[in-house]
Amino acid sequence: MIYLDHAATTPMRPGVWDAMTPYASQVFGNSSGVHSVSRSAKNALEEARENIAALVGAGPMEIVFTSGGTESDNLALKGAAWSPDTRNGVVTVVTEHEAVLETLDLLARFGDPTTAVKVDATGQVDKDQLLSALKPDTAVVSVMIVNNETGVVHDLAEIVGLVKGRDPEILVHTDAVQAFSSESIEVDDLGVDMLSLTGHKFGGPKGAGILYVREGTSLEPILHGGGQELGRRSGTHDVASAVGLAHAARLATGDRDRFVDEIGGIRDDFEERLTSGIDGLIINTPPKNRSPHHLNVRIPGVLNETLLMRLDRAGVAASAGSACQSGAAEVSHVLEAMGLTVDQARESVRFTFGWTSTGEEAAEAADIVVALVGELR
Amino acid sequence: MKVLVAMSGGVDSSVAAALMKDSGHDVIGVTLKLWVGPNGEAPTAGCCTVSDAEDARRVAAQLDIPYYVLDYSEEFKGGVVDRFVHDYASGRTPNPCIECNRTVKFDRLLSRLDDFDCDVLVTGHHARTRLEDGEWSLYRGEDNAKDQSYVLSMLTQHELTRTRLPVGELTKRKVRAVAAGMGLRTAYKAESMDICFVGQRDYRGFLRETAPEVFAAGDIVDVDGNKMGEHDGIADFTVGQRRGLGVAVGEPRFVVRIEPATSTVVIGERDHLATKGVVLDKITATSGSMGDGPVIAQYRAHGEPVRALLSGSTLAFEEPQEAVSPGQTVAFYEGDRVLGGALITETII
Repeated sequence: MIYLDHAATTPMRPGVWDAMTPYASQVFGNSSGVHSVSRSAKNALEEARENIAALVGAGPMEIVFTSGGTESDNLALKGAAWSPDTRNGVVTVVTEHEAVLETLDLLARFGDPTTAVKVDATGQVDKDQLLSALKPDTAVVSVMIVNNETGVVHDLAEIVGLVKGRDPEILVHTDAVQAFSSESIEVDDLGVDMLSLTGHKFGGPKGAGILYVREGTSLEPILHGGGQELGRRSGTHDVASAVGLAHAARLATGDRDRFVDEIGGIRDDFEERLTSGIDGLIINTPPKNRSPHHLNVRIPGVLNETLLMRLDRAGVAASAGSACQSGAAEVSHVLEAMGLTVDQARESVRFTFGWTSTGEEAAEAADIVVALVGELR
Repeated sequence: MKVLVAMSGGVDSSVAAALMKDSGHDVIGVTLKLWVGPNGEAPTAGCCTVSDAEDARRVAAQLDIPYYVLDYSEEFKGGVVDRFVHDYASGRTPNPCIECNRTVKFDRLLSRLDDFDCDVLVTGHHARTRLEDGEWSLYRGEDNAKDQSYVLSMLTQHELTRTRLPVGELTKRKVRAVAAGMGLRTAYKAESMDICFVGQRDYRGFLRETAPEVFAAGDIVDVDGNKMGEHDGIADFTVGQRRGLGVAVGEPRFVVRIEPATSTVVIGERDHLATKGVVLDKITATSGSMGDGPVIAQYRAHGEPVRALLSGSTLAFEEPQEAVSPGQTVAFYEGDRVLGGALITETII
């Protein structure tokens, strides 16, 4: 199987699992206890916190361990809207991940003012519209760095500058889960107040994420209980996952330059092979401001549902962007927002590359795609 | 062969997939996502719920076959649900499962066999196919009590050549025994009796919720045209209905006719239900075309077949029949063999 669905999840990096296992077995203590069994666990947890904090240029107390990207996004938006602060408005972008958009929907149903700003044909947020959406009651603006479906990259520092220039009281959150493998993530360079990451997108375990929360940010927790994470996220710590997350983050950071060059080159080569092999191929991923590991293409005349099944049987794993609970391919809200029709979105397929991708397998996969498209047309 | 098995998550299609796999075929399982509620919710009853898809997925995993969910919700909405609503609004009694077979499974899905690089479509219906003198015939299922040939009576050579129904060769008891023997999780699963998009509630409730516009108040009259009462909408009534008429005359009264143009429900005595014949549309034959002459006709899913005379688009019953309604399907038989099918558009009193 040639795996080209790394944006969905990517394999663990070497050594991560081994780093985790002691904390799932021997060092089993509840990190909140008062005895030595707990202290060992607590020590590992805080070491993981320090490590990941250092990797994003944050202080350890600014890191909240969560169950992953979805929870981090939920905490950022709900936490800001529901905080004792009087502001409760949320502004985001129509192409955000469902974890953001569905949270926005919930807040709107509960009566908070919400706006989802449009994007242009390349998937870049409309900055004028973003600015005009900012109101005196806006609590938080959430804009992702790398889009999960197309790989379009937002210049977060610029967006933060615009928002803060208008109103420095507005918090800015970014969902950076797709970005960590390829983009330098320094919270002060970006200027964001909150940032979501999840381990399994860069070679760590699933079910482990963080929300960076800038010191002094007022946030209402969404999970209430024992008051772990300085009250920001209750629940007994998953020490093993936190250790694995930090370990993988270190490996991914060290591998980032290679990732951008090598994986980016593999993706570019794959793109060229498809472009020359498939008549009328449309590249949905924009030519500029794109990540090195995403490629979203439209193949006129071929249903993505059919192509993905045939690819699966031919040994290539790809995706249509997102899937619903039943597993049926859904029409991409991201491509629709970029101006594609429903039928065009149904002809679009996403190939995403990761740290294990090789040029040989990408070339082989491209040949398989080209051959199958010839057969299906 | 490479076969595409339509897996609903029930025991029959699970066993259909298992039997094909056991016979050495290259099997792909698919579940059709057919219905999402107005707010995007999945159905909770019938043959297309999320938990049913989950059962199909698990059975496919157990059989170690590729499995996919295909989204046919638009086709289902247009071809089955909207038609169901329109039929009730027009005073007809539709069978949505037949429409689903006709417009989704044996049309849209079958037409994509090439796309999936498959030779035939396999379903879990209780009916049998046979290749006889170079042509495919359709027969009642081995288990007469579970026979589903009626709902497949619209199939022609076009579909039958590319369709296999392995479960029709077995009794339901045997199907469950096969499933149990293989340890399939669906072996003892209860059968779904509900219309998938209606669920466990009354279909009238579904119509009121989703298409309130089809409920126009009107009169209830007797066969002589005398007003006997009023009603909230003809979609509340089907021909032959006795309960819930809201009219008390001391003797049993039945809905004998529905006149959609004036939103009128006509009631009468049991004798008034007698229908001499029906006018048909969409007459198909499994092979060639239906010729005029004596036929054995069945106009309800588990009704008794009756003798009749087919002449063009008119079917005259040898004995008058009760509770025949426009919208129902007629299947023609010769013994256990299906000759063809048709849709009732009018009744002849």
